[in-house]
Amino acid sequence: MPTIAPYDFDEHVELAGFVDDQPVFALVDGTVRFPTAGETVVEAHDGLLSADITADGKSLVTGGEDGKVMRVTRQGAELIAEQERKWIDVVACGPNGAVGFGAGRTVWVATQDAIKQFDHERAVEGIAFAPKGMRIACARYQGVSLHWVAGQSAPVNLHWDGAHTGVTFSPDGRYIVTTMVENALHGWRLDNVKTAEGTHMRMAGYLAKPKSLSWSRKGRYLASSGAPSAVCWPFTGKQGPMGQAPRELGTRSDAMVTQVACHPIEDVVAIGFDDGTILAAKIDDAAEVQLRRSGKGAVSTLAWDQAGDRLVYGSEEGEAGVISVSE
Amino acid sequence: MSDRTPVTVLTGYLGSGKTTLLNRILSDEHGKKYAVIVNEFGEIGIDNDLIVESDEEIYEMNNGCVCCTVRGDLVRVVQGLLKRKGRFDGILVETTGLADPAPVAQTFFMDDDVRAKAQLDAVVALVDAKHFPLRLNDAPEAEDQVAFADVVILNKTDLVSDDELTKLKATVRKINPHATIHTAERSNIGLDEVLDRGAFDLDRILEDDPHFLDVHDHDHHHDHDHDHAHDHHHHDHECGPDCDHEHHKLDADTHDVSVKSISLRAGEMNHEKFFPWINKITQIDGPDILRLKGIIAFAGDDDRFVVQGVHMIVEGDHQRPWHADEKRETRLVFIGRNLDREKIERTFNACIAA
Repeated sequence: MPTIAPYDFDEHVELAGFVDDQPVFALVDGTVRFPTAGETVVEAHDGLLSADITADGKSLVTGGEDGKVMRVTRQGAELIAEQERKWIDVVACGPNGAVGFGAGRTVWVATQDAIKQFDHERAVEGIAFAPKGMRIACARYQGVSLHWVAGQSAPVNLHWDGAHTGVTFSPDGRYIVTTMVENALHGWRLDNVKTAEGTHMRMAGYLAKPKSLSWSRKGRYLASSGAPSAVCWPFTGKQGPMGQAPRELGTRSDAMVTQVACHPIEDVVAIGFDDGTILAAKIDDAAEVQLRRSGKGAVSTLAWDQAGDRLVYGSEEGEAGVISVSE
Repeated sequence: MSDRTPVTVLTGYLGSGKTTLLNRILSDEHGKKYAVIVNEFGEIGIDNDLIVESDEEIYEMNNGCVCCTVRGDLVRVVQGLLKRKGRFDGILVETTGLADPAPVAQTFFMDDDVRAKAQLDAVVALVDAKHFPLRLNDAPEAEDQVAFADVVILNKTDLVSDDELTKLKATVRKINPHATIHTAERSNIGLDEVLDRGAFDLDRILEDDPHFLDVHDHDHHHDHDHDHAHDHHHHDHECGPDCDHEHHKLDADTHDVSVKSISLRAGEMNHEKFFPWINKITQIDGPDILRLKGIIAFAGDDDRFVVQGVHMIVEGDHQRPWHADEKRETRLVFIGRNLDREKIERTFNACIAA
């Protein structure tokens, strides 16, 4: 049976995750909470907008309404960069300590020795590093700009009409998928990006904006929110999900999925709903188990630890917790 | 009533006094907390952390529908502002002088995430009394802003003569018969005339709208519950219940405008005909319809039904029972460009209950 250690922070939880294998919660008021192993609260910003766990799992990077990008550990917050009077809308962490962050139409990548700037004609709403960290994808109106982090090569523009708000690479780097302002995902196969036709992947049919995406183990499936079930697109064939129906997990009649998080080892998806319910479901047979009953607010963030033994969650109303899963 | 945060959209052509008004709202002691979303900090003289700079981002959808166009930056910023509970009493959005107000308004109807947390309170247009007649010739945006507004503030009236002002008011009224008109010098307007108007709130729609098609409506009570003595602006009553001049005579004494309004009036309607009609007409003519507002009397229905719309978006709901001494009458106004008056009147009349 799963057991829950709940917390009540009274502020929207922007990101739940693990730092040094201990749970951490970043709240929109700018505080970062480490509730276990000697409770610690770090004040990182006056107003936090974005957060991501670093690739080495030893810190998290946060962006704020104060224009600051901070590296936060239990020991405190350290300034990485500052853009005065800008909102740091997005942050993303890449391999080798690289940190990407964006404000409006500009994205910066901070590496150990330099900060490089990438300008766009339209606002960037989502950024992601490619698995090896050589490239960074910036989701914006009418598509994605794919920049080389090093060197001066021109970016590759992936065009698709509409506004793109988030972006992710498949773990093998072969696919890019974006979330959109409308109720759809859009994808590109990168191995053949020069010939525009045939590389597009349209994934539609959602009832709400699919805002949360998570790749299953080895990138076999892409789980998504935005429907009464977790919609899992198969990426096992050469064409990605084209011509195949997605699997739908944890279907409810009275609630919408707001967050998904794939288990790091098993083909299992943790599914958070807008009524606060959290389920885990197997991709193969859709067998499900309830991990948390409904709460006050929609689940706003979900993450597994590396071993897949603990799941952390947070809600829009500030409820949070650690669910220990033992079979 | 609703715990959604009210959003006021402030439009106005270049030089109409938006910045002055914003500075007043931010510095006045009104005991409320407002967040202000501006395109650039520019001349906002107050260093206030409630000001957010945001690049105007017009997002068209993949389907290409102009009525689904939203302001993407507002989707992001409004959600960001409202994640922290009880932080603001309201949000003000300043648009650029050349902005089309429709995507701003549509953002608050089309985007589910924004709609869950915020509601459009009113669109307020500032008008430069001296230069607006010129803008009518060279800037359709300026006319659209007036056509779209719930509240029109004729600003800088100290720079025009009484005759010019009279003609200007008649012109604004011709473009937009349902807006509340105020006059001001240096943006000195009572803030309660700008904020918390509930102009898009179906429960309040038209309730405190003395100008809504009431040219001949002598039953209409003209009681404003706000106090005018505390401020120096002048409230207009040029089309009040005591006004008996014929409005078509005004046409000769107004500026040429390309936006027009079509006011419809009838008795009780057949709901089985009315709903398909309003859906169809807004689907077909939606791109040309800037705003629509109305009170509908349905045969066999004891409740008033109110509707309002922006382009193809139409909302309607029952509002309250008809009072015993109230005439059960349907009144509807369309404001837009290229509207076919004959077609709209004919198809509207076909919905009248037999």
